[in-house]
Amino acid sequence: MIPAPFDYKRASSAAEAISLVGEYGEDAKFLAGGHSLLPLMKLRLAQPAVLIDIARIEDLSYIRDAGNHIAIGAMTRHMDVEKSPILAEHVPLLAFAASHVGDPQVRHRGTIGGSIAHADSASDLPATTLALGATYVVQGPNGTREIAAADFYVGFLESALAPDEMLTEIRVPKMNGATWGFQKFNRRAQDWAIVGVAAWKRGTESGVGLVNMGSVPILATSVAKAIAGGASVSDAAKLAGAEAEPQSDLNASAEYRVHLAEVLVRRALESTSK
Amino acid sequence: MAGSILGNRVLRKEDPKFLTTGGVYVDDLLDEPALHGALHVTYVRSTVAHGNITSIDTSDAVSMPGIVAVFTGKDLGLEFVPSAYNPAATRTLLATDKVRFVGEPVVAIVSETREEGEDAIDAVIIDYDVLPALIDLEEAMASTTLLYEACGSNVVFDSMVLGLPDNTGDAYFADCEVVAKGRFINQRVAPCPLEVRGAAAAWGKDGRLTQWLSTQHAQGAVAPLAATNGVDPSMVHVKTPDVGGGFGAKIGAYPEELLLGVIAKRVGTPVRWRETRSESMVGLGHGRAQLQYVTIGGKRDGTVTHYQFWAIQDSGSWVDMGTILAPFMTRPMSSGVYAIPNIECRTTSVVTNTTPTVAYRGAGRPEATAAIERAMDIFALEVGMDAVEVRRKNLIPKFLSPHTTVIGQTYDVGDYETSLNKVLEAADYKGWRAKQKAARDSGAAKQIGIGVSVYVEITGGVGNGESAKVEIQDNGHALIYTGTSPHGQGHATSWAMLANEQTGIPIENIELVWGDTDLVPIGTGTMGSRSLQQGGNAVFAVAAELVNKAKSVAARLLEASEEDIVLDKDSGSFHVAGTPAVAKTWAELALAEKQSGGLVHSDVINVSGATFPFGAHVAVVEVDVETGKVTHIAHTACDDAGKVLNPMLLEGQIHGGVAQGAAQALLEEVSYDPDGNPITSNLADYAFISAAELPSVTVVHMETPTPVNLIGAKGIGESGTIGATPAVQSAVVDAVSHFGVKHIDMPTTAEKVWAAIQSAR
Repeated sequence: MIPAPFDYKRASSAAEAISLVGEYGEDAKFLAGGHSLLPLMKLRLAQPAVLIDIARIEDLSYIRDAGNHIAIGAMTRHMDVEKSPILAEHVPLLAFAASHVGDPQVRHRGTIGGSIAHADSASDLPATTLALGATYVVQGPNGTREIAAADFYVGFLESALAPDEMLTEIRVPKMNGATWGFQKFNRRAQDWAIVGVAAWKRGTESGVGLVNMGSVPILATSVAKAIAGGASVSDAAKLAGAEAEPQSDLNASAEYRVHLAEVLVRRALESTSK
Repeated sequence: MAGSILGNRVLRKEDPKFLTTGGVYVDDLLDEPALHGALHVTYVRSTVAHGNITSIDTSDAVSMPGIVAVFTGKDLGLEFVPSAYNPAATRTLLATDKVRFVGEPVVAIVSETREEGEDAIDAVIIDYDVLPALIDLEEAMASTTLLYEACGSNVVFDSMVLGLPDNTGDAYFADCEVVAKGRFINQRVAPCPLEVRGAAAAWGKDGRLTQWLSTQHAQGAVAPLAATNGVDPSMVHVKTPDVGGGFGAKIGAYPEELLLGVIAKRVGTPVRWRETRSESMVGLGHGRAQLQYVTIGGKRDGTVTHYQFWAIQDSGSWVDMGTILAPFMTRPMSSGVYAIPNIECRTTSVVTNTTPTVAYRGAGRPEATAAIERAMDIFALEVGMDAVEVRRKNLIPKFLSPHTTVIGQTYDVGDYETSLNKVLEAADYKGWRAKQKAARDSGAAKQIGIGVSVYVEITGGVGNGESAKVEIQDNGHALIYTGTSPHGQGHATSWAMLANEQTGIPIENIELVWGDTDLVPIGTGTMGSRSLQQGGNAVFAVAAELVNKAKSVAARLLEASEEDIVLDKDSGSFHVAGTPAVAKTWAELALAEKQSGGLVHSDVINVSGATFPFGAHVAVVEVDVETGKVTHIAHTACDDAGKVLNPMLLEGQIHGGVAQGAAQALLEEVSYDPDGNPITSNLADYAFISAAELPSVTVVHMETPTPVNLIGAKGIGESGTIGATPAVQSAVVDAVSHFGVKHIDMPTTAEKVWAAIQSAR
């Protein structure tokens, strides 16, 4: 529970952070809210030589209406996502999902960008932004590029981010008029999900993201296809496990996880929240 | 005159400190002069569950930054010490020949900072010849691989060695009309005190060892510390700073703590040690861990005539206190609250390659209660009667003089049916049954389950009395010295209330001294719900005697006869009856006695026996039958702890106890992989319950005083875990019983509940 020794650098801008990571290379890790990285370091499962603290880069903390999407700065705290009136109006599913991250202390420190960049399939926000068809903006030494959420998660705790790139913004399409549901199934209120589901539906259009149903966050495309093809929600939900590759662990067997996903996808899509 | 303070909701004297500046725990003793320059000890722990140590290489570690010394057991010359409960089992305090669980300390690193010690762990190379890991109890019983060769078996204790009979098997039930059988797992849980273990040691110029310890029983640590350090017990001084919880797991002193004096002597510097939470989850003793085979038989009308119980206790990897809880705590309470004419109970304790088991809140009684309460439930299902009615039919009728059960345990007083009636009414049992029926009729996903338990337990079974000293200071304030040892209970408030009742000294002018073996050499500590009925009782008696002493001093000063002196408790002064204007205060009397040893009285006050608190709980749960998810939605507890000193402290104990009981029923379990690696060694993986998972608890008061002590009090510290656990478990089973489910083992996780429904359907 005591991390290995490391150096600490603090960046005051995204450009400085990228220059620092260029200097230290793969030995360096960005420190945002610290609520994913520090526990791993305390268990010595992560032993970065240098931490580049980006928590004080204030111009990365914002939630803005950008026309057909909402732009969220990577360093925006979960609590700010949860309480945002802009998100409440245009993307309530994301605000609601953020209210289920950890506990209030975690939500006051942890950031949406940190959670997504950590790329943990058991975290709530990667799967939620995936369901919403979000785009992530990343900045590197040669400027910025956009990565679709569907292309971002490439393996266990592994993303399409290059080592010298930093996630700076999350762009979430507005979902006005859609019904939505977020189902988090866990043992205790503050736990990671055993299985989680973020889903929205507008007519025959829908998006379903699964939490902790594989090594990466899962987009349940078979469910969406079935809905688009006119299937009922309860029939479509039976396809919840089609793209998933769940593991068995201390909390649940793979078989039970698939069962839970089917029940929770049905409930999320049956939800009448708007 | 104002009424008695006893029985009032007096706010805790200790809270302003704990809620503002916080307690001062072992790890906070930074300004302690005797610990100036103290080095840090870090233990390198076994990473294999069972193996012979073939080599230990500390050469790299010792050259790392800040490392002062690295010791193996051989370096320290450690000798094998036998278990108190089975002397054939022996070990060295750092493993030297073999390791028996993941987490067992093998090497001690001494460093300038804690971080340097932690960094050096990976540089210590320990090679093992790995042996099969025995995790499963029944496998360990049958295995020819032995943890302790000298024991000749992994069974290290059995009730039969006490001369008690074996169980006779199915023939016992030949005359029964109905027989039901169960195999219940009372799973292994972790006590998880907020403050993990910590200790520090320093040798004085006088050759005495001072040991600071986060413990429930400082006086009990003196002998093992003296033995480990090879000194006379008079050369050991144990001091207890604030302690952040123990739950039984901090009764005994652990190897990591006992060795600090030896290490301090070797390095010539004081040393301190504090474990991390991950270490605590494997190093601090675990609780429960029983496998239970029960058979219950009787008549179709619901009368239970025969009960047979075999408790197989998991001792873990050392023959520690957990070993003897089954024969000495579970077995005597096997009859519970029921008048069962024929009972057989055998207990068998088995070593496995897991963390040693010790006492944990309830310590053997929750296991006894869980067994008989589950047995009552499966019997009720078998005869097709309501579980409450089967219980009622078999309860021991009210008794106010001692009652002895068939198993041979004598209870002091009991009125079980009244507690059952009270709790059913307060919980609106009939109303919940109606809601349950409505939910079943509707076929909704959310179903209701109701569980009822009736229990009796044993408290104050440890020690037959306690020491107390009350000393009046020059300013008229009082110091109370107690052999009990608070770690969250509220002794400072309770003991001040008892002394105030006798002396009239305001409670804010009464301070408590405890846990320092020079100041309080005689003490049995705080465990087994004994504090109030033994320690508080002693304070009450000693303070009364001190008042008599004070009266004789006042008589001398006032030139009156002692019989004519009265104590005015409102003003805290003594005068001749009828002439209150001429009075002597406690301060004046203390001053008058200063030259002749002070105004002080001390004694050890014995009690005539243990007490047997009882009660009944009703738990209500909602079960999502599509997912198996259980939500504990209501809990009502009627716990009769005899005369109540402070209802607020009593309710706090019940709330905490119910939380830990519900936690075992619903969530918590220490788990290992097949190789014996712990997989619940942090609080993310181990499902320690939080307030969000609990309902508000309704407490129903009931007082049946005990005659065995002066204040009529029984223990309340553990009742919550004893009554709540089976009620909550039973509620979960009840919620899905209409599918044909008869039993679900604890913890009743969503997946287990879901699987039970699937297989019953």
